[in-house]
Order: sequence, then structure tokens, then C-alpha cells
Amino acid sequence: MTEVKMTVNGKAASGNVEGRTLLVQFLRENLNLTGTHVGCDTSQCGACVVHVNGEAVKSCTMLAVEANGAEVATIEGQAAPDGTLNTIQQAFQDHHGLQCGFCTPGMVMSAAALLKDNPKPTEADVRHYLDGNICRCTGYHNIVKAIMAASGQDVGTIAAE
Amino acid sequence: MYNFDVEMPTTIAEAVKALGREEAQPMSGGQTLIPTLKARLAAPSVLVSLHGIAEMKGVCNNDAGQLCIGGATTHATVAAEVGTQYPALASLAARIGDPAVRNRGTIGGSVANNDPSACYPAGVLASGATVVTNNREIAADDYFLGMFETALEEGEIVTEVRFPIPEAAHYEKHLQPASRFPLVAVFVAKFADGVRVAVTGASENGVFRWTEAEEALNANFNAEAVAGLKADGSAMISDLHGTGAYRAHLTGVMTKRAVAAITG
Repeated sequence: MTEVKMTVNGKAASGNVEGRTLLVQFLRENLNLTGTHVGCDTSQCGACVVHVNGEAVKSCTMLAVEANGAEVATIEGQAAPDGTLNTIQQAFQDHHGLQCGFCTPGMVMSAAALLKDNPKPTEADVRHYLDGNICRCTGYHNIVKAIMAASGQDVGTIAAE
Repeated sequence: MYNFDVEMPTTIAEAVKALGREEAQPMSGGQTLIPTLKARLAAPSVLVSLHGIAEMKGVCNNDAGQLCIGGATTHATVAAEVGTQYPALASLAARIGDPAVRNRGTIGGSVANNDPSACYPAGVLASGATVVTNNREIAADDYFLGMFETALEEGEIVTEVRFPIPEAAHYEKHLQPASRFPLVAVFVAKFADGVRVAVTGASENGVFRWTEAEEALNANFNAEAVAGLKADGSAMISDLHGTGAYRAHLTGVMTKRAVAAITG
């Protein structure tokens, strides 16, 4: 076992892990941050997307020891401490950007990474960026609409709900 | 996945030393290797992560004007940083996998793995790039030996890839939409001394140069010059996504489109 230390959602976190422990396992099983989901476990679906040092990564395809010393952000750190949703989360609620909700943590984290680099994406930019985030409920339209709305753009012309 | 020790070297020398341990396996971004370990298709005792080696990261130019990309440089960095110098290579990097995969996966990992459907081998071979390891320099023409086979020796790692910059180039990729790998993709690079055409995703022997297309394009650099050419389908991959004949056909179509994109 190896001790790893990292900052998760602004707080110091540490634990003992095996070499094979995935970052998502460490988050879920050691830190009880179960908002980050394991969908496919093969880096296809994106339900496990978190930010490591500000970059979106699939936490099912990174070892916990590789995140030693890193700044990690997960879905649990997105809302304000009093529970107020952040802009992206609120837009997902307003535009019905989720149904079952399983993919949503990854969608929100990917959206946050996109808007950090590209604050006013086109609809095509959003759709392209979500290549690695699979949703089996919504057909994506309302997710795209939510992300466009979160970027402060008019969403009236995007496909109807 | 079976358990293993993880070594986290910070220099190439430390990595080479760690790879001397029994059943050691280097890992760069891990975007192919971690799924492989999960499937128990590999079971090393020691995993040597190359991610923390600063001297293997980043993009620069050497005195010969070549573009030098460190082996541990991510696809996202290549996509963001080489666009001005070598747009076709930046475009290739920007279309690998998805954004999260591009933030971890590296050029060195892709070139060392030599997946028969990977994007980078086509870019490296078509560019006539040089693969630099911890102890030698290998020309791309001598480096790719077959499906998942390269000239790398046990414990040897790709520290850098050096690209001569062509006059014009284009990477045309027909996506296999579930995996994001190319079903067939073609990289055409036009240099002052000739055209190089590399094909990935098609052959059972991995990436290859399509010499008939190169000859035709050297005589006449125009999409029509390759319109009548048929790639040899006998050693093409046949799987549930497409037959060998289909991949041979796509090879021609992708080549024609790549040339048309260059000539406008």
C-alpha cells in the first residue's frame, strides 16, 4: 500500500491505496464521494469525469497514485456549501438536461471544462466536446441546451424539448 | 486487474532503471494500457509511469527546423501548440478519442503501442519522422514493424518524436463511431522531395505506406491521380465493422479526399 495525498474540492485528502487502485475508486470508496459514477469502466462513457489540475480526465482510467499531490475537483464541489447549484447545474435543472441522472456528474464536469476554455461555444462545439460523455436518456438536446444557456447564450433556436 | 507496484520516476534515467525490474511495463497516459490491464490482457509486476518526467514533455524546434514533441506530451497539448507549424498534425491530435482522453493520452504511448488503428502512427510514418528513444534514433520507416510491433527493445522508451515539416499535409479519418478510432485513415504529406502516404486502421500488418499512391502523386499531385488506384485488399483487416474489401476501398477514398483537401 502507498499513501497518497491530494486536494479534493479544496480540502486535503489522503489514504492508503494499492498500485492498481483507480482514482474513481479512491474518490468513491476511500473518500465516500460517490457522486462520481462508474458507468462503463472502459473509458467510453464519461460518467466518471473529474478535473485533475484543472483538466477533465476519466477517473476510471487513471491510477490514484498518479493523482498524488494533484488538485482534484468532483461534482460534490460544484454547488455552493449551502447547496445552491452553480450556473451549469442550475441550467441542467432549468432545461431538463437530465432524466435518470446517471451520466449527469460527468456531463456537468465536462461542461465546466469546456466553458473554462471556450466560454461562448457554438452548438457544434458543445456537441463535439461531449464526444466522450454518453447519455442513454435525453437524446442530448436538452444537455446541449443547458450548456449553451449556462454560457449565457440564447437557446431559443436549439431543437425543441 | 491484478495488482502491481507503481514506480513514478521523474527523469528518463530513473525510468530506465525502474524498467530493469522484473516484469516491468512502462505506462504513459494509460488510456490504452489501463483498459488492457482491467481486461487482464497484461499483468505486469511493476508499472513505470512516465507521466511525471518533465524532460519528456512539451513541444520545441531543433536546429534543423524539425518539430520535436516529447514522448509524454498529451494529445491536447499537441493539438493546442503545433497548429501554426504543422496544422495537419494538430488536427490529427485534436481528433483522437475525446477531450478527457486527449488530456491523458500521449504521443509516445501511441507510437510505442502501435495499435493498427491508432492515429499517430499514420502521422509519424507519413511525415518520415524520427522516433527518439532513451538510447537511439529510429527512422519511422524502420520503426513500425507490424500490428502492435515496433523496433523498441525491452525496457526502451520513446522519449521524443521529431517531425520534418512538409509543404502541405492532411489527415483524413473515417471514424469508427463507437471506439473513436479510425476505421481507415490516411495521412498525406507533401515534401519538396516527394509525397508520402501512410494508411492506418486498414492492414493486418499495422500502419503502412501506400507506395502506388505515392508514385501517382509524385507524377501528378491531384486527387484525380489516385482516383483509379485500388489498394490491395488481401491483407486488410476484416471484422464486424467492415470487410477487408471495404477497408481497401476506403483507403482509396480517404487518400483522394486528403489530396483534395490539400489542393483545394
